[in-house]
Amino acid sequence: MTDTRFNWMPKLLSRLRKSRVEVTEVPSWHDPVRTLWVQARDWGRLATYLQEFGCRLAGLWGEDRLERLRVYACLEKQGDYLLLKVEVPAAEPQLASWTAVYPGVNRLERHTRDLLGVTFLDSPDNRRWPRHQAWPEDVYPLRKSEPLSGHSPDADTPADSDYPFQSVAGEAVYEIPVGPVHAGIIEPGHFRFHAIGETVLNLEARLGYTHKGIEKIAEGRTAEALLKLAGRVSGDSTVAHSWAAAQALERAAGIEPPARALYLRALLLERERIGNHLGDIGAICNDVGFAFAQMQFSRLRERWLRDNERLFGHRLLMDQLLPGGVRHPLDNDAASSIREACDRLREELDSLLPLLRDNQSLRDRLLGTGILSTEQARRLGCLGYVARASGCGYDVRCDSPWPPYENLSIRRPLQQSGDVAARVIQRAEEVYASLDAVRQILDKLPPGPLRAHWPEAATGAGMGMVEGWRGEVLAYVRLNGEGRVERFFPRDPSWFNWPALAVLIHDNIVPDFPVCNKSVNGSYSGQDL
Amino acid sequence: MNPTGWLLALLQTLLFVAAAPLFGAWIKRVKCWLQNRRPPSLLQPYRDLRRLFSKQVVLAEHASVIFRLTPYLVFGAIIMAATVTPFITLDTPTTAIADAIVLTGFFALARFFLALAGMDIGTAFGGMGASREMTVSALAEPAMLMMVFTVSMVASSTNLATVITSIEHQMVMTRPSLWFAALGFLLVIVAETGRIPVDNPSTHLELTMIHEAMILEYSGRHLAMLEWAAQLKLLVYAVLAINIFNPWGIAHSDGLAPLAIATALMAGKLMLFGTLLAAAETVLAKIRLFQVPVFLMLAFTLALGGMLCFIILEAG
Repeated sequence: MTDTRFNWMPKLLSRLRKSRVEVTEVPSWHDPVRTLWVQARDWGRLATYLQEFGCRLAGLWGEDRLERLRVYACLEKQGDYLLLKVEVPAAEPQLASWTAVYPGVNRLERHTRDLLGVTFLDSPDNRRWPRHQAWPEDVYPLRKSEPLSGHSPDADTPADSDYPFQSVAGEAVYEIPVGPVHAGIIEPGHFRFHAIGETVLNLEARLGYTHKGIEKIAEGRTAEALLKLAGRVSGDSTVAHSWAAAQALERAAGIEPPARALYLRALLLERERIGNHLGDIGAICNDVGFAFAQMQFSRLRERWLRDNERLFGHRLLMDQLLPGGVRHPLDNDAASSIREACDRLREELDSLLPLLRDNQSLRDRLLGTGILSTEQARRLGCLGYVARASGCGYDVRCDSPWPPYENLSIRRPLQQSGDVAARVIQRAEEVYASLDAVRQILDKLPPGPLRAHWPEAATGAGMGMVEGWRGEVLAYVRLNGEGRVERFFPRDPSWFNWPALAVLIHDNIVPDFPVCNKSVNGSYSGQDL
Repeated sequence: MNPTGWLLALLQTLLFVAAAPLFGAWIKRVKCWLQNRRPPSLLQPYRDLRRLFSKQVVLAEHASVIFRLTPYLVFGAIIMAATVTPFITLDTPTTAIADAIVLTGFFALARFFLALAGMDIGTAFGGMGASREMTVSALAEPAMLMMVFTVSMVASSTNLATVITSIEHQMVMTRPSLWFAALGFLLVIVAETGRIPVDNPSTHLELTMIHEAMILEYSGRHLAMLEWAAQLKLLVYAVLAINIFNPWGIAHSDGLAPLAIATALMAGKLMLFGTLLAAAETVLAKIRLFQVPVFLMLAFTLALGGMLCFIILEAG
């Protein structure tokens, strides 16, 4: 693995040199990421070269460096990550947009514009994104000049009624606004449908209702406080986000957590994956009125979560990670109880899943519904089970394994059909793969301490990449000289999976939207930040 | 005029209205058992109704008088439908007006106002629900009428009491027409009462709703009446199915003994019917909206088959 790492890099560099793109490589902090400085004037065409070269866009964010604004783009090829840095003057912060080349980056660009004030030129879609009406257009909360506590609004936030939705004209086309308040207890988001009869012509999502200012309130935090925050970026991905943030912190500080801590983190991550997938399989079936599956899978999930509570003190495994280690020990009794629970779960799944697979009325609803083609998934940069159900197999655990995954063999299930049924089957198979992983982790669990010493005045910058249950979670952390956070950006996989929903719903009927939405299950909180 | 007869008719209707939530609770109970869950109390629907009746009504700003009148009209029309449906006894004066076509008319009246109210406040969901409801009913009504005609031909009358008495004296086993009609009617019941696989009464997903989408904006006593009307409609259909296709035991006099026997038998049959419905709802997922016409086409074809059977095999 190490021999082939970045073996494409020389070719890329010579390709860029040939095109007279000026790049400077800076020594990187750690293995899977290499960093290039580029010039703002080359930014636009750079995207085309990178895309032609087969790089996947994995993230884009910015940072206020006082008189200059710095923009980062993270790309991935063959499990190796490339971090591009570019700076623009704060007085005239303009960059070319990458949206035309990487459509999945659009919302990240709009996010960066609304929060930091970098304008992306020639973007096909320049509307505001996280900014509803809570702060004025010319205020950029992530600028250092903006107070950490925010401005206290004089009056109530005005209703956000003038967002320019796409409009579709034509005879018999009608508009259905749905949300942000829904009839069930789910996260808030607004969906605007254009339909003819029951057929969806166009779907537009308007998110941002759960914007919490995560990036701003991370500023000035200690490493431990940052992990607490990262664990709350998206409640169902708390382990994935805190591990990504912890990895970034540890790489920045040059700390290697003890082996036992790493294995325990992997155990937590796989437990999170299994719990969420179980809940999702039931919920997808319930959305087509098949309540039986919902009840059975809720039962399995509940038992799993109660085990979490008993073993680690939290049902959703929040606050388990610490900088340099983990919080909870795991004794032999607990380990063997996990083994038993895994065996029991496997047995239950063996008897339940055939029931779902063979139910004709369920098949009728799920097969062929909400198809996302391999090409579309790749173009949008989809991640996790959404991508793997459409034949794009990227998995950080397999393609860019970090410790302890380099010592584990993780199966990578893959579906080709890209419909709702494929996303259900993919989840089921990932549960089995994770059960295998849990067994390996417990077999190999090394003895030793749970935590490495964390230096108070750690400094530097680092990136973390973790395969959460929704897909690749990215985190960027930069610490100042006193060990406090200067910039934190968590990139949830939902950034790239939400746009897929609008694509795969096309030509389906309106009443099939809930099941399509559930099968993608993007995180609102994770992308609203 | 027979005062006991009228009293009996009144009591029968009251029992009908009062028992409707219980029937819904029974179906829910069986479903819970089949899903390995602990069911709520059989009284839960009554508690829900009491809660809704004691709550304030919230009206949309643009709600017209139609929106406010609809719950009363719908509840009234369904109660009328219950009144003309033979339940426990045939010995009531209402049997004279117990006509299958009148009954269909009452249901159509209720549906008409429900669809109007759905569109009245101008939300997308109300209109969507109304349009779906109309699509479903436009296909369900012919099937329903075809079933009515088939059994009417067997009995040579559209009066339900006459139909029931006539069928009581026949060997249904030897009448394929009635078998076909019964199967068709079962499918119509599922569609007309908004049960799985056509509609899902317990969903919270606005975009998938049919009946619930129309009443999404209702609250307080309005909602209570509409919910109760829906439960009553389900019971009326269940009683119809039972009394037309399996009427044995229905009382013909106002004696206490036959009434008691008829009530007990009806309760037993309803429990069985509810169990069947719950079992079907457990093993089936909701069908895709565009499969509903196919589903109702099947109901129509079955009823038509029943009629053809009668003409070809039985009429002579």
